[in-house]
Amino acid sequence: MSYIIDRRLNSKKKSAVNRQRFLRRYKKQIKEAVEESIKKRSIQDMDRGGQITIPRKGTSEPLFHHGKGGKQTRVYPGNKEFNSGDEFQRPQGGGGGGTGQGQASNQGEGEDDFSFSINQEEFLDFMFDGLELPYLVKKQLMDATQFETHRAGFTQAGSPDKLNIVRSLRAAHARRIALSGSDREDIRELKKQLWALETEPVSDDRNQKIHALKEQIKALDINKKRIPFIDDFDLRYNNIVKTPMPSSKAVMFCIMDVSGSMTQSIKEIAKRFFILLYLFLTRNYKQIEVVFVRHHTHAKEVDEEEFFYSRETGGTIVSSALELTAEILQQRYPRHEWNIYVAQASDGDNWDGDSQRCTQLLSEKILPLVQYYAYVEITNGPHQNLWNEYQEIHQNHPEQFAMQHIEDLEDIFPVFRRLFERKTKGAA
Amino acid sequence: MSNKPLSTGAEWTFELIEEYDREIARIASDFGLDTYPNQIEVITSEQMMDAYASVGMPLNYHHWSYGKQFVETEQRYKRGQMGLAYEIVINSNPCIAYLMEENTMTMQALVIAHACYGHNSFFKGNYLFQTWTDASAIVDYLVFAKHFIAQCEERHGIDEVESILDACHALMNYGVNRYLRPKPLTAAEEKERLNVREEYNQRHINQLWNTIPKKVEGSDASKLPRFPSEPEENLLYFFEKNAPLLESWQREIVRIVRKIAQYFYPQKQTQVMNEGWACFWHYTLLHQLYDEGFVNDGFMMEFLHSHSSVVYQPPFDSKSFSGINPYTLGYNMMQDIRRICENPTPEDYEWFPDIAGSNWQTTLDHAMRNYKDESFILQFLSPHLIRELKLFSIIDDSEKPTLKVSAIHNEPGYRQIREQLSAQYNLGNREPNIQIYNVDIRGNRSLTLRHFIHNNQPLGEDTEEVLKHIHTLWGFDVHLESVKPDNTTATSYHCPPKEKLELY
Repeated sequence: MSYIIDRRLNSKKKSAVNRQRFLRRYKKQIKEAVEESIKKRSIQDMDRGGQITIPRKGTSEPLFHHGKGGKQTRVYPGNKEFNSGDEFQRPQGGGGGGTGQGQASNQGEGEDDFSFSINQEEFLDFMFDGLELPYLVKKQLMDATQFETHRAGFTQAGSPDKLNIVRSLRAAHARRIALSGSDREDIRELKKQLWALETEPVSDDRNQKIHALKEQIKALDINKKRIPFIDDFDLRYNNIVKTPMPSSKAVMFCIMDVSGSMTQSIKEIAKRFFILLYLFLTRNYKQIEVVFVRHHTHAKEVDEEEFFYSRETGGTIVSSALELTAEILQQRYPRHEWNIYVAQASDGDNWDGDSQRCTQLLSEKILPLVQYYAYVEITNGPHQNLWNEYQEIHQNHPEQFAMQHIEDLEDIFPVFRRLFERKTKGAA
Repeated sequence: MSNKPLSTGAEWTFELIEEYDREIARIASDFGLDTYPNQIEVITSEQMMDAYASVGMPLNYHHWSYGKQFVETEQRYKRGQMGLAYEIVINSNPCIAYLMEENTMTMQALVIAHACYGHNSFFKGNYLFQTWTDASAIVDYLVFAKHFIAQCEERHGIDEVESILDACHALMNYGVNRYLRPKPLTAAEEKERLNVREEYNQRHINQLWNTIPKKVEGSDASKLPRFPSEPEENLLYFFEKNAPLLESWQREIVRIVRKIAQYFYPQKQTQVMNEGWACFWHYTLLHQLYDEGFVNDGFMMEFLHSHSSVVYQPPFDSKSFSGINPYTLGYNMMQDIRRICENPTPEDYEWFPDIAGSNWQTTLDHAMRNYKDESFILQFLSPHLIRELKLFSIIDDSEKPTLKVSAIHNEPGYRQIREQLSAQYNLGNREPNIQIYNVDIRGNRSLTLRHFIHNNQPLGEDTEEVLKHIHTLWGFDVHLESVKPDNTTATSYHCPPKEKLELY
């Protein structure tokens, strides 16, 4: 007697918990591997999941087993030329006649590394683990309200487009039943009498009585029908309420210097930085817009392609970009609707007289509007005038304005982490 | 016999599986196979990977090592480095067998014959399974274990539970009673016992530490009775009962791991027989099905193709060689026993006077019921099969510069090869012999384990790590001595390491 059961529809994710446990246990190693792989990845697949390799050594489960050495006798199949008493050299590298590895230790033999895949969600989790939007920003997030509408039962008043037909008719039906109650009772009583009369032998008196009863019933029926089918107070409307919502829209400004001093490799570094920021914001906001502003001596809003790849030369006036940013902010992104982030990348080069103006623009027009302003300077050389200027701003607005220095590709992620590191409550 | 083939295509349906199962069951009972009822479950390849990860059990407690197993299997399967097994069968009553959705009808029939009648009858008949496991209770017990451990995680945190489980897993091979027969478990009794233990612990302090040390005049430390008075081979049992610092829930977890280890112990000891038996029966049953006309030539071709790849033994110098294939050895031995019964040669009469020419079904049934790998090989490996597999043995002595061929498939070599192959399947030889030797109950409570060196083989490089786990369970210093047969200590291991202690 056999039972045959189709289990294919049962959940497949039986191992999900165990898998989570595994990821949890090796969080540190996996995080290192993720950071390592970020460095190597091309920009396009920064946010994909993928292969993660961690050292196998840490993941093995130790067991008592025999080590190498000692005297072992083992039986092998497929003898071709050996005769008993033959002696020969040990094969190197543990070939066929291998120096004994106990059976127990065979597990995990071979590769030194343990590779497995994680999905995009997990990849990003590991990538942004321990990061958060700065404390200040969160607070402002709560103020910046937007409304979300959702249903909340039914009301008796409302506009016709919110009329709920089923509910209204149900109310009407109930009202009709309630109001006609006594009439219907009378009708039932009269009908009983009528049926009783109908069983009696035929006579004039009976006929008259029947007629009278029928008249009465008819009158009552008319009475009953006079109750309106639907009335004003039957009407029910869907109730929709507005609840204040923290804004989930964000706009990110990417400002980059494209003057002659910015080489393609510096731009690559900047691009990676921007993408990291973008990915990080997508995890915190539902909807993100990106504005690309590039500048040399004057600034221009461009699309992504042009932002990263077209080449321009010329001097550098940073304030032009800041001015354009301020302008765009004013026109398109009102403070109360948008969470605004600005990331600026530059090699630090600026026209001498301009840095002062930058400071002024930033502290007067831009910083009051934005959540967070991150400046990265990508250069191998010494800091230039913009850095010094910005340092002052940083001192005046330490929570809102952050600046970091990147020397080469390797630095991007560490710098990014430093910018968004979770701040302890006490420090905030 | 001119029956119509049950099916001709590769596609399977539930109706077909039912029909095949009915016919195979009929033939199996004609051959006298006694089985538990079958529960055949059709699953997908993802579910198969899940089953892999939880050591084949339908459910198990959560542990990261199963997750690791899972990601590894998944990775290798997706990259095409490995195929999944066609089936998994669980020693339970009813006997649960998983069939994979991707298999063809032929494969499903093969799996039904192999698992639902081959393995199943072995689970029911073999003495080791009968004595050591209780097929009807295992699923209930796993449910109990899973709930209990989940509860502990809630109460004491995942990390706490994990560290105990890690420690227990490291000692899983040392959590079995080799000689004492355990009582069968039931989930209800386990719960009952749990309550009793809790209550007992409330009232008593651990007996071990009950005595206040008294200095007896003239007593010599070496003359004091050791604790335990006899060395204890079941390390997990010892920790469950005697570890001074474990809380009762921790003891319970030790017990769960121990019980599960015990459940798997017979499977480790009967791999060759179990697989050989199952292969022999799928071969025999499906051939009978063919002889009766229920399956056609195409079915048989596909079946024989996978059968022969399962029982293929690559020679020792081949790249794909990874030890003796238990399927090959077991299957050939089973077929060989049948041959000895049906067509004995003069040699067989000389070597196997009591079975040559006897009824093969009775003889095989007797062999299946009363042996484990070690004794099965020692009893039934015939010169004929040694010649066929061209077995030879090599002595690898690390003190000698060369390897030596000690025996080949010839008259003087047969017995030697048979003994050596049998010894190779003796679990006692495969795993280092480590026992609890002494506890310093009057001093610093340190625990001493002894490794009895066999054939001069030292312990592997994991030893220090395992000692750390033992330290987790014991809570005080742990020492491990590797002792030579002449009772001198070769190496000793300490946790925490000795050098450090001296520094402070």
